[in-house]
Amino acid sequence: MAECGASGSGSSGDSLDKSITLPPDEIFRNLENAKRFAIDIGGSLTKLAYYSTVQHKVAKVRSFDHSGKDTEQDHEPPYEISVQEEVTARLHFVKFENTYIEACLDFIKDHLVNTETKVIQATGGGAYKFKDLIEEKLQLKVDKEDVMTCLIKGCNFVLKNIPHEAFVYQKDADPEFRFQTNHPNIFPYLLVNIGSGVSIVKVETEDRFEWIGGSSIGGGTFWGLGALLTKTKKFDELLHLASKGQHTNVDMLVQDIYGGAHQTLGLSGNLIASSFGKSATADKEFSKEDMAKSLLHMISNDIGQLACLYARLHCLDRVYFGGFFIRGHPVTMRTITYSINFFSKLWVSWPCCLGMSPGGVFPRQGEVQALFLRHEGYLGAIGAFLKGAEQDNPNQYSWGENYAGSSGLMSSSPELCPTQRARSGTFDLLEMDRLERPLVSLPLLLDPPSYVPDTVDLTDDALARKYWLTCFEEALDGVVKRAVASQPGSVDAAERAEKFRQKYWNKLQTLRHQPFAYGTLTVRSLLDTREHCLNEFNFPDPYSKVKQKDNGVALKCFQRVVHSLDALGWEERQLALVKGLLAGNVFDWGAKAVSEVLESDPQFGFEEAKKKLQERPWLVDSYSRWLQRLKGPPHKCALIFADNSGVDVILGVFPFVRELLSRGTEVILACNSGPALNDVTHSEALLVAERVAAMDAVVRSALREERLLLVQTGSSSPCLDLSRLDKGLAVLVRERGADLVVIEGMGRAVHTNYHAALRCESLKLAVLKNSWLAERLGGRLFSVIFKYEVPAE
Amino acid sequence: MLKLVGGGGGQYWACSVTGTGLGGEGAVFEVARVGDPGKAGCVGPAWGCVGIPDSAPGAGMLQAGAAGPARGGQGAEEEGEPAGGGEERQPRHPPAPALRLLNRKPRGRSGEIKTTENDLQRGRLSRGPRSAPPALGMGDHGGLPERSDPHAPGSPAVAGAVAVNGLLHNGFHPTPVQLPRLCGRGPAGVGDAGPPRLPLQPELQPQPPPPQHDSPAKKCRLRRRMDSGRKNRPPFPWFGMDIGGTLVKLVYFEPKDITAEEEQEEVENLKSIRKYLTSNTAYGKTGIRDVHLELKNLTMCGRKGNLHFIRFPSCAMHRFIQMGSEKNFSSLHTTLCATGGGAFKFEEDFRTIADLQLHKLDELDCLIQGLLYVDSVGFNGKPECYYFENPTNPELCQKKPYCLDNPYPMLLVNMGSGVSILAVYSKDNYKRVTGTSLGGGTFLGLCCLLTGCETFEEALEMAAKGDSTNVDKLVKDIYGGDYERFGLQGSAVASSFGNMMSKEKRDSISKEDLARATLVTITNNIGSIARMCALNENIDRVVFVGNFLRINMVSMKLLAYAMDFWSKGQLKALFLEHEGYFGAVGALLELFKMSDDQ
Repeated sequence: MAECGASGSGSSGDSLDKSITLPPDEIFRNLENAKRFAIDIGGSLTKLAYYSTVQHKVAKVRSFDHSGKDTEQDHEPPYEISVQEEVTARLHFVKFENTYIEACLDFIKDHLVNTETKVIQATGGGAYKFKDLIEEKLQLKVDKEDVMTCLIKGCNFVLKNIPHEAFVYQKDADPEFRFQTNHPNIFPYLLVNIGSGVSIVKVETEDRFEWIGGSSIGGGTFWGLGALLTKTKKFDELLHLASKGQHTNVDMLVQDIYGGAHQTLGLSGNLIASSFGKSATADKEFSKEDMAKSLLHMISNDIGQLACLYARLHCLDRVYFGGFFIRGHPVTMRTITYSINFFSKLWVSWPCCLGMSPGGVFPRQGEVQALFLRHEGYLGAIGAFLKGAEQDNPNQYSWGENYAGSSGLMSSSPELCPTQRARSGTFDLLEMDRLERPLVSLPLLLDPPSYVPDTVDLTDDALARKYWLTCFEEALDGVVKRAVASQPGSVDAAERAEKFRQKYWNKLQTLRHQPFAYGTLTVRSLLDTREHCLNEFNFPDPYSKVKQKDNGVALKCFQRVVHSLDALGWEERQLALVKGLLAGNVFDWGAKAVSEVLESDPQFGFEEAKKKLQERPWLVDSYSRWLQRLKGPPHKCALIFADNSGVDVILGVFPFVRELLSRGTEVILACNSGPALNDVTHSEALLVAERVAAMDAVVRSALREERLLLVQTGSSSPCLDLSRLDKGLAVLVRERGADLVVIEGMGRAVHTNYHAALRCESLKLAVLKNSWLAERLGGRLFSVIFKYEVPAE
Repeated sequence: MLKLVGGGGGQYWACSVTGTGLGGEGAVFEVARVGDPGKAGCVGPAWGCVGIPDSAPGAGMLQAGAAGPARGGQGAEEEGEPAGGGEERQPRHPPAPALRLLNRKPRGRSGEIKTTENDLQRGRLSRGPRSAPPALGMGDHGGLPERSDPHAPGSPAVAGAVAVNGLLHNGFHPTPVQLPRLCGRGPAGVGDAGPPRLPLQPELQPQPPPPQHDSPAKKCRLRRRMDSGRKNRPPFPWFGMDIGGTLVKLVYFEPKDITAEEEQEEVENLKSIRKYLTSNTAYGKTGIRDVHLELKNLTMCGRKGNLHFIRFPSCAMHRFIQMGSEKNFSSLHTTLCATGGGAFKFEEDFRTIADLQLHKLDELDCLIQGLLYVDSVGFNGKPECYYFENPTNPELCQKKPYCLDNPYPMLLVNMGSGVSILAVYSKDNYKRVTGTSLGGGTFLGLCCLLTGCETFEEALEMAAKGDSTNVDKLVKDIYGGDYERFGLQGSAVASSFGNMMSKEKRDSISKEDLARATLVTITNNIGSIARMCALNENIDRVVFVGNFLRINMVSMKLLAYAMDFWSKGQLKALFLEHEGYFGAVGALLELFKMSDDQ
């Protein structure tokens, strides 16, 4: 059952409600553009969802009208940049205590400007309780939606759209959360919703799900029975009590029945034979803490057992737990996990005629896993929203979590901070951006379910985490400076940049303490978070000018580079092409070592970069095999993920592309859809290609004959997640029968995808422009990675 | 989310809740140092004292006496009864039972009785004030029982038994031949009487630690010839014990076929045990004999007699052992067959305090063998097993006999302090499927905490009067009616104790409501788990046993309802009259088995 409004925490007196001032910048953002609402009112928390449009600036590039003409003048940029307003869609979710519901509704009413909507979708046990209030305040008709339907729609939505949504909880581990990479097919799964009672739902497809069972022993039992036993009224306080108690004082354990003999029998003496068994036979006072703990174990074990029974009966191994009993509480996640592990593993083979549930010592992970969701609390609101928005087909889009606008997962375990758990006054936020294009998995992945983009899990690797967080902190000044410089005409650029600094700095501090806040912490997520924060403060593309200049400079060198390449013999040329790719990759404003060089030495060019490169043999060097391969038949089609603007793409990638084309290989050149650092964007690449084509017949004819295709990745990250790529790209890859994937750059080939296994040949190359990383990999600054891989037959 | 069925609360069935402390001095036990129990598995086929009905179903030894059940028109009993040849077939049969009167001081006079009783009371008292008064709520019968003199001269009833039962002169039962099976039970067990020690999956079966019986086997054999009259028969007294987390269950076989000769030779403390146990229904403050469960005229291991069912709280165990020491039980040299966790926990105490060697037995084995045995002999002519007809209709719901002739496969749900669930595919093929710690102990424990009650009886009495819907949150409390999307009735419980989240509701309910809600919660939960196990194991008969069901009609009807309703009639809940005693009976049967392997 869903949670229900029984806590008595409805609207309080007006004075209290009105006394809360809502920081509108933070809480109800973009409310003036809100188009559609949904609300999920639970026993103590309200979750409001609204769909809104966000206007933000984007840097657009476009050729000058006189392009195609001879533009040899030194100071003329290759294309023009204009900053335009773009409207994108965003889903906002706000979670707050029911106490504030009236204040929040008033706030919404006051700020609602443009809405044409007439109804608000409502779900949750409290929906009918607050129906009149909502209708009166918002002048919207409340449309009640089925609780479980909403939950499941919401669950499907987050599982599909948020990587690292699900996690397993590990007691005493660091990190305590271990995120799961999303399986490309999220179905079927079991959703165990622990509200007042427990509902167990089997979800088979987007629209097909079935209530397969439940139990009346749930969160309400813990709360109700706990309140009776301990005279403690609040759920959170009960959990806090439980976290301090010793259940062995109340429960009858195996060792209480067997004495010391349990050991010789191979039984764990700490197993609970009978919950509360001691309170039936021993006549004494029991402490509140101990009773609460015993109760928590009893209920968690029972739910875990039932969940295992149902999972087994329906042959499901993915079991997601949700509901207010779970909702981010480490205590309950812990006990549920133990229970699942216990019953999943020791299902048939327990040698004793006692009722036994785990008590103290637990076996390792069993075959059914207890999975929890980062956005579990929002499922109902998300689902209700989706129900109401069906005509907009939100499910046909891909959505991405906006790290800038979302609160992270909290781990304020009650042991550490009971007051924080009271959540009073806190507003939890989630924002999801609608992506322009649907994202899918690259069809060339060897095993999509086991693909993990990131090379290093910083949640796991404390040393690396420390390094990178510090690294990003230290780079922040430079980014702020760059952001201000990118908008010379703007009066508030400095102010916005400062806000950006604050926001990103805060995120980094949060991540220091709660590395799991946004799923698995990786270099990629740190980079993405920075991009999201920049966008948030209207710095859509701080490097646009740099890129424009670099592209201009590089274009001028293109012909000279091509000529010198063409002058080489075949074998020499192949090596020179690869070196060119690598040298181009040195031009990375995202790398501290390089940006310092580039800042201080404006003359630093292609040749200088080549000199920086490590001599062969490289740190990872399978060049000989690659050369050998080139002597064989040409590839049918190569998919190349480009990295930086300027020298990298123009003097490194394009000559390489040109060589492939000459060999008869078709090329798909994939660039980011949106800006990130000085990475070349798709629209920039189009302009660059046009200019290159003007200079080079091979490229020109290939473009014309569609043997060279420029596509977008669907991403705006300096890294690359091959499981979330533009659908058009995936279609094209399949159509053209791509049999070679070239991934270039540190972000795409080292921070991510270093271990990615593909079904076809792949080339991963990068120059290590970070000495710490180089050292870790056993090399030095500017060490070279050249990894040519052929899948095992 | 089980629907609550109204009514049915507190219909106590023949509850014998007369109670005062266990253990007048009559309860003197003596352990025979029976030889190597490791060989207990080998049943002397001639005797057929198998203790496992299915291994030699219909074996005469196992049958009820003449007054025994005639279930379903089966006539097996009669065949077992009179056949007199057993004796003669035993070449090693000793010429006469050489009962040796042990030289021991007479005991059990009233002064000692008092001591024992007081000791037991002290034992209770030491637990604290709450448990001081008679623990079993229904009042004791004027302190009468423990007063009976165990030394009363020979009971005529016993003397008469021999003739009445038409046994051989020494009261021995004839050798079993292959007899028609009881109650038409399938042939599965026939012929495999040889290895009655069940070949269980090893991982399910904690192997009893190697026997530590240090007494010489010779001594055993010598002793064995005496009291129970046959060399391969264990010496009297015959006990089976199941020491659980909350209750100790004891079965005692009272031979009714004692010859005058035997009577004369019967040692004093053995006689005193017999007299004490059989002439009382309550022992001390907390020991109870469930008179209504007594199996009369039963033939066990060749002797005719009555099987008595006695229970006392596990917390009185130390007092019980102390008494065994004071009364010098060990001189009787009987083997104390015990199962349950307590058999392990108290083993050391039995040995050091009372010089008694426990023969520890596997609980699951004992449970199943005991159950099959009791079902096979029937309940004094009535069936042991029953079910509820029309379980979903409170008005028409009624108890009906059920023939468990072909019991396999069955899901056996043993509800004691905790709950164990077994899937039983044959007498020696079963597995423990799962268990839950939410059992009888949880019900009583929570009730004690919530209502201040002190006994199971009290708790049930309160539960009978209460209304759980005040405490529980129902589907209609949340959805205003049925939850149609999922086909849930409004009357289904959505959240046990869910209403107790609200302060106003907490202030408005009664203790009786709380007791009822606790009972319903625990029961429904067991029902749900059992139902899931039945589905997972693909078994449609679910047999509920264990002392949680004692005098607990509410739970039985709820379980019957739950099985039927949620399975749409596919599952059947079955119950047994001797609900909590099967482990103890199984332990007793092991006593016969181990004697036979000599």
